[in-house]
Amino acid sequence: MQYIKNLKQYGILIAFLVVCVTLSSISPQFLTFSNWLIIFTQVSINALLAFGVTFVIITGGIDLSIGSVVAVSGVAAALLARQDSYPVIVPILGGLFVGLLFGLLNGLLITKSKIAPFIVTLGVMTIGRGLALIISKGRPISNLSESFNFIGGGDILGIPFPIIILFIVFIICSIVLKKTIFGRYVYAVGGNQQAAWASGINVNQVKMAVYALCGLLSGLAGILLTSRITTGQPNAGMSFELDAIAAAVIGGSSTSGGVGSIQGTLFGVILIGVLNNGLDLLNVSSYYQQVVMGVIIIGAVLLDSWNQKIKD
Amino acid sequence: MLAGCKALSAFFEYMSQKRILEVQNLCKSFSGVKVLDNITFNLEKGEVHALMGENGAGKSTFMKILMGLLPADSGEIILGGEKIQHTHVHEMLKRGISMIHQEILMVPELTIAQNIFLGKEIHRFSWLNEKDIYKKTRELLKTLNINIDANTKMKHLSIADKQMVEIAKAISNNAKIIIMDEPTSALSDKEVSTLFAIIKDLTSKGVAIIYISHKMDEIYQISDRITVLRDGQYIATKSAQELPIKYLISMMVGREIEDIFPKTEHPIGETIIKVTNLSQTGKFENINFEVKSGEILGIAGLVGAGRTEVVRAIAGLDEFKEGEIFINEEKVTVPSPKAAMKLGIGYVSEDRKAFGFIPQLSVKQNITLSSLSSLSNSWFVSDTQEEALANQMKNNLKIKASSINQKLIYLSGGNQQKVVIAKVLSSSPQIIILDEPTRGIDIGAKFEIYKLINELKSKGLAIILISSELPEIFGMSDRILVLSKGKQTALLSRQEATQEKVMQYAIH
Repeated sequence: MQYIKNLKQYGILIAFLVVCVTLSSISPQFLTFSNWLIIFTQVSINALLAFGVTFVIITGGIDLSIGSVVAVSGVAAALLARQDSYPVIVPILGGLFVGLLFGLLNGLLITKSKIAPFIVTLGVMTIGRGLALIISKGRPISNLSESFNFIGGGDILGIPFPIIILFIVFIICSIVLKKTIFGRYVYAVGGNQQAAWASGINVNQVKMAVYALCGLLSGLAGILLTSRITTGQPNAGMSFELDAIAAAVIGGSSTSGGVGSIQGTLFGVILIGVLNNGLDLLNVSSYYQQVVMGVIIIGAVLLDSWNQKIKD
Repeated sequence: MLAGCKALSAFFEYMSQKRILEVQNLCKSFSGVKVLDNITFNLEKGEVHALMGENGAGKSTFMKILMGLLPADSGEIILGGEKIQHTHVHEMLKRGISMIHQEILMVPELTIAQNIFLGKEIHRFSWLNEKDIYKKTRELLKTLNINIDANTKMKHLSIADKQMVEIAKAISNNAKIIIMDEPTSALSDKEVSTLFAIIKDLTSKGVAIIYISHKMDEIYQISDRITVLRDGQYIATKSAQELPIKYLISMMVGREIEDIFPKTEHPIGETIIKVTNLSQTGKFENINFEVKSGEILGIAGLVGAGRTEVVRAIAGLDEFKEGEIFINEEKVTVPSPKAAMKLGIGYVSEDRKAFGFIPQLSVKQNITLSSLSSLSNSWFVSDTQEEALANQMKNNLKIKASSINQKLIYLSGGNQQKVVIAKVLSSSPQIIILDEPTRGIDIGAKFEIYKLINELKSKGLAIILISSELPEIFGMSDRILVLSKGKQTALLSRQEATQEKVMQYAIH
């Protein structure tokens, strides 16, 4: 119950249930176990990105470079994952390292130059995309090793591997945000940066850490994506950042900082996934799906602000 | 013709009426809790009417209803002889009620004139007539004796000047009633006297002022009548001259307070902190003092004298250029608040909203913010330790909150301040700097904070207390440091200090 309370938005929850009930009554496929495995596999990449950006958003920042980092780390992993080259751990570490590097770059620029995160990450987004094209020479990189392709395509006891990654990362991120001292500092920095600083918190360190974490998770998502499509695509991940931010916001994160949760974000991710899946099942054109998604994002924030008003 | 005559005579009747506002049996509840219960209030032309009460007494709800920001549940508001129901802010502004807010609501990038005429610009076919806007603003500022160029951008003004502009704006709206909520909280004594001169001028022109303040001396200096509210109920309206301060306070708190500054005698120990030749370009220079264990050093001075700047430098919030700080005879550096806290320097900022607390976090989370890492020896927050500490602080400091999990936004100013003090105390400081610790909080909470300061003193902390309220400085301090324009003009013992002496050194 406490868990649902934390979502702070019964309205969206009810909307979600209505969508599920409607979809299951129209399409008998919807409520099947195999369909839910498909939904969770499809949302796994967005989930990783959304978890990362949730940390950033709670500190009052934003990261627009996510999609590009997915591409550049995915391409980097692909270059290291070609058949008969290195053991699978090398492309994994390589992809994570590239992601982390971009996160640190974001963090460094934001804390040292005092340029707004929106601008810094916008710049890094372009740099990342360019680098992805440069190191791949603008061509997709295929012929990846079997073991690498297992990450996105394999399964354990019938559960697709991406879903296992999703839940491991979900548990780690929730614990970090809710149970650790660092997590508390994340909320404090976003809630009132000056007061956090005056309370003895190293604000810059916290900011560096959240951007680094977001970069690292983007790297992981890049590896997952490359493995799923068995190709390193320099053009992959376009506008992924927007889906991730949308999920965090639907899940109750406030872009002015200080508010949000990993549980809420997961909920936002699933809501987006269910809608896409359901609208697919109903054969609704993807053009309309985009319109629906936009309405949901604005509706979620509206509901949240109404809730706030009632509370006040 | 007849209608015109009628309107004219009604107008004269209205003009001759002395009582311009009458409030009867006003009630308001929020989710079942009565916050205003049968409030009666009236306002006469040309008077300053002080509205007194502790935080939570219902003053701001009452003012919000008067301004049309909130609807009343029942009761009558009669303004200029006309009964008012369910109205909006712009309607009340049109009827001549204006409010000077604690937080100033102006567009910083626009000039004074542009701000004053915001929303009522002088124009011809949507073409702005800037010339007339400036001309009229200049005239307005002149009649109010405000000496600022109408061309100045708001962001370049001091808080005092911004407030003057707010008043000018209210006057330009043709205000007959001006509500002032803690207007002097950020003003220096000189600016306060300018404000009071303007108030006197306004009242002589028939404008009525509803004045809200926690500062007793001001209330007696400026107001004609005083109305007291307590726990949402109307207590009494008295003429200020007939109401001794002691009686006023007991009406506000509902019990008698024998001594506002409870004095306790404790032995004073060794020097804990010593500051020599502390200087920062343009802010302060050559500051020297020491504070001993169990001693309270009061810092007095006008706003802008550099008091806050000095202590912010000591607490690691600002840099300083020259000088040395010694703690327990050891020279130390304070590059950041974190470093200062490690040395045992705790700082309670004068600006508690900006530097004090995290509004979205709970009482518990705010209290433990500075001591989380010492509460646990791993990366994880220790729930049991954290709750124990928060509960202990909540009880010791008598923090009024529904639970330690209540968020700080929902607490009153006095309780927010107690949480901030609790946070600083949780880091077990040996030196505590209290910068205007009772600003904007009600007299009951003030009294409790004074008691708390004395407790800390008896535990042997070295205490630095900054206050703009001289009675507070005199009531609490063992020694008084006086600053003027960034320079140290006196360091007096409590015995040798008098109000006159301190004031003299403060304007030195």
